[in-house]
Amino acid sequence: MTIEDQPPQGSGRGKGLRGERRRMEPKRSTSRDLERYADLFASRTRVMKSSAMRDLMAITARPEVISFAGGLPDTSTFPPETFAAVASRIAAESCAKALQYGPTEGLPETKECIAEVMAADGTRVDIEDIVVTTGGQQGIDLVAKTLIDPGDVVVAEAPTYPGAVPTFSSYQADVVQIEMDADGMRVDLLEEALERLEREGRKPKFIYTVPTFQNPAGVTMSLERRERLVEIAHERELLVLEDNPYSLLRYEGDPVPSLHSLDGGVFVMYLGTFSKILSPGIRLGWVVAPPPVLEKINQGKSGADLCTSTLSQLMVQAYFKEVRWRDYVESLTALYRDRRDTMLDALADHFPPQAEWTRPGGGLFIWATLPDFIDTTDLLARALRDNVAFVPGEQAYLDGRGRNSMRLNFSVSNEETIREGIRRIGAVVEELVALYGTLTGTEPQGRREQPADRGREAEGGRVVRMPERRRRAGGA
Amino acid sequence: VGRIAVLKGGSSLERQVSLRSAARVEDALVRLGHEVIGIDVDGELVDRLRAEAPDAAFIVLHGVGGEDGTVQELLEILAIPYTGSGVLACMRSMDKVLCKHLMIEAGIPTPEFFAFNETAFKGLGAARLLPAMEERLDFPIVVKPAAQGSALGIKFARTAADVPSALVAAFSYDTRVLLERYVRGRDLAVSVLEGAALPVVEAVPNEESFYDFESRYEIGRTTFVCPAAIPEPVTARAQALAVATYDLLGCYGVARVDMMLDDESGELFVLEANPIPGMTDTSLLPQAAEAAGIAFDALVERMLELAFERDAGKAVV
Repeated sequence: MTIEDQPPQGSGRGKGLRGERRRMEPKRSTSRDLERYADLFASRTRVMKSSAMRDLMAITARPEVISFAGGLPDTSTFPPETFAAVASRIAAESCAKALQYGPTEGLPETKECIAEVMAADGTRVDIEDIVVTTGGQQGIDLVAKTLIDPGDVVVAEAPTYPGAVPTFSSYQADVVQIEMDADGMRVDLLEEALERLEREGRKPKFIYTVPTFQNPAGVTMSLERRERLVEIAHERELLVLEDNPYSLLRYEGDPVPSLHSLDGGVFVMYLGTFSKILSPGIRLGWVVAPPPVLEKINQGKSGADLCTSTLSQLMVQAYFKEVRWRDYVESLTALYRDRRDTMLDALADHFPPQAEWTRPGGGLFIWATLPDFIDTTDLLARALRDNVAFVPGEQAYLDGRGRNSMRLNFSVSNEETIREGIRRIGAVVEELVALYGTLTGTEPQGRREQPADRGREAEGGRVVRMPERRRRAGGA
Repeated sequence: VGRIAVLKGGSSLERQVSLRSAARVEDALVRLGHEVIGIDVDGELVDRLRAEAPDAAFIVLHGVGGEDGTVQELLEILAIPYTGSGVLACMRSMDKVLCKHLMIEAGIPTPEFFAFNETAFKGLGAARLLPAMEERLDFPIVVKPAAQGSALGIKFARTAADVPSALVAAFSYDTRVLLERYVRGRDLAVSVLEGAALPVVEAVPNEESFYDFESRYEIGRTTFVCPAAIPEPVTARAQALAVATYDLLGCYGVARVDMMLDDESGELFVLEANPIPGMTDTSLLPQAAEAAGIAFDALVERMLELAFERDAGKAVV
C-alpha cells in the first residue's frame, strides 16, 4: 500500500479562526510530509503491484464495464425471504448474543455448521481443531503470520491465487511457485524444488495450494498427486495449507478427497469459507490446523480482531436451522455450470486459434493463455476501451511470469453478458494478432476453424500453459 | 470567491490519479473560501455544467478527454472560464508526435524518434523499415503510445526481437505510437507557472530501476530532490528549455516539462510537456511550487485567478 491509497489523516493541528472555537482543518499534506512518513514505513509495506496497475484495476469496477475480473459469487439469487427469516430468528432468539463479543476461536454452534460443510465434502473434523475467521482470506494471513519470518520460503502454485500474493509479500516471504498442468501442481517439480531448497539449506515453512478448481487456473489436482503430496509432507515434515473455497461448486465428475482427509490433519491445514456457498458479505471462513499451530493462529487472531463477527456467525447458525443449505449450493451449481459452458463456447467462437484455455470442472474461473507477444496488462487497457475486463495473468505470479495469460470469472455475469464480453475481448485479441503478423512479416493465421473443431481443441487443451520466465520488452 | 466546478475522474486510465489530485484541489478551494462543485466527468458533463452554471472550472483531468483539448473546447462553447492551457496548447502537448515535431522545428532538443499509425504498418508496409529505424535509434529503444500520460504502455525494446511485441503493447493504448532513442541519464521535471520556470525537480530511483518507469513516481521507490542537485548552468538551461517549450506550445497558466540530462553528453533533451500536471501528494508541480515558496493553496488560488484573467482578456479583444 502506498501513501497514495491512504493519505495521512488530518494532522490534528487546528487553529483559532476569528475567535471561533477550534476546528479541524481539512487534511493537507506536502511532499515533504510524505517523505517523512515514507521513512517511517515498515519494509513489509513495499508492495509488488505498481500504482499504475492498481489504477488500471480500479477502472474495471466502473458500472458500464463487463467485468470478468472479480471472483464474486452471484448473490442476486439468494432469497430475500430467507434473509428476513434468518434475521428474525436472530432477533427473537439471540439478540443480545449477536451484539456481543464472542470467543476468539468462534462459537461452538457455528463450528458445528462448519463441520457439516466439511462432511459434505468428505472431510471429517473435530470442532476443537477449528478457528472461525473473518473470511478465508484472514486464514491465509493468520497462517502466514504464524509461520513466516522475513525471507522464509512458501511454496505455491504457478499461477497462484492473486489475493494471496499481497499477503505473502507483506510477511516478506520468498514465494517459490511450482508449475501446474491439467492435473494440478506438478508434484515432480515440487520435489525437485524441495531438493534444490534443501541443497541451499532452506526449508519451506509451508506449501500453499488450492487443489480443487484452482484459482486462477481452474484445474483440479489428481488423487494420485494428492496422495504423493501428502506423502512428501510426511517425509519432509512440511506443512501444507489446503485452501478449499470451491469444492462444493462441482459441475461434473466425482469428488476428489481433500488433502486434509488423506492426511488426517497431521501436516495438512485446511481453509474453508462460506463466501462461495452462502455469502462473501458475511465474511466468514475457518482454519483447521494441528493443535499447536492452531493455538498460535488463535493468538494471532486475538491480536488482529479479537473475534469474528458474532452476528455473522449467528446468521450461519440461523440459516442452517431455517433451510437446507445444500439446496442453495445446488441452485448455484446449476447456474454456474451453464455460465461456464457459455463462456467455454464463447471462447471457442471468438478467441483466435493460438489461444488456449482450461476447462474447469467447478469453481469460478477459466485461465486463458494467449500468444506470448501479447501482454495481458496492455490488453486490459485496450479492452477497457470496449468496456470489458479480466485479471491480467501477471497478478498470479510473484516473478513476472504469466504476462500473456488472463483469469476469466464466469459466475457473476449472465449468459448474454458473458457472450458479449468474450466477443469483445476476442475481437481485440484478433486485432493484435493481426498487427503482430504485419509487424513481423508473418501472415496472421488464417480463418478460425469451425466452432465444432474448436470445441474439441478446448476439450483436449486442458493445459495450463506456463510461459518460461523471460524478460518481456519493457519488463517493469 | 465563487462557485468553482472541479472537473475530475472521467474514464481515462489516469482516472485514479485525477481523483487524488482533485481531492487535494477541492480541499484547497474550500480553505480559500470557494464553493466547490465536484464533477466526475461523464456523458452528463454538459448538462451538469449548464445546470450548475459555475463561475469557473478547475480542470484536474489527466489523459485522453481531459488533457487533449476536448473538455477545454466544451468550456469555450459554454463560456465558462477554466484553468490551464487552451484547446490548441492541449492538443499540441498531449500529442507527443506533434509536440516533438514542433520542438525540432523550434530547435528544442528532443530525442530522435519515428512515429507511425497502424495504417502505416497495415497498409503501407512500414514494418520493412523497422531494421533501418532500429539502426538509427540504437538499442535500447523506447516504444510508447503517442497520447498516453501514465507509465502504462511505455516499453523498452532491448533487441530487434522485442520491437514487435512492444509495438503491439503501445498500439493497445493509441492508434499512433513512437519509437524513440533512449537517453540514459537523470530524470528532471521543470514546472512552469505563468511563463516562469519553478525550481527543477529530479526523480531519483531508490534502487537500480533503469527500465522501470512504473516505480518512478511512487513514494518509497523514488526520492524527489528539489531543487535538483545539478550545476547552476544546467539548471538555467533546463529552465530556459522548459519556458521555451511552454511558449512554443502556447501553454497558459501551468505546465510541466519532462526532460532527461544525458549522462554521456551532459546535454538536456525534452521528452514531453504536460498541460495538466498532477496535483497529488507526490506530484511534481506542487513540490516545485513549494520549493519556490508558493504553498499549495496559493498555487491553486493563482491557477484560478489566471483562469479569470484570461477570460477578462478575451472580453477586451
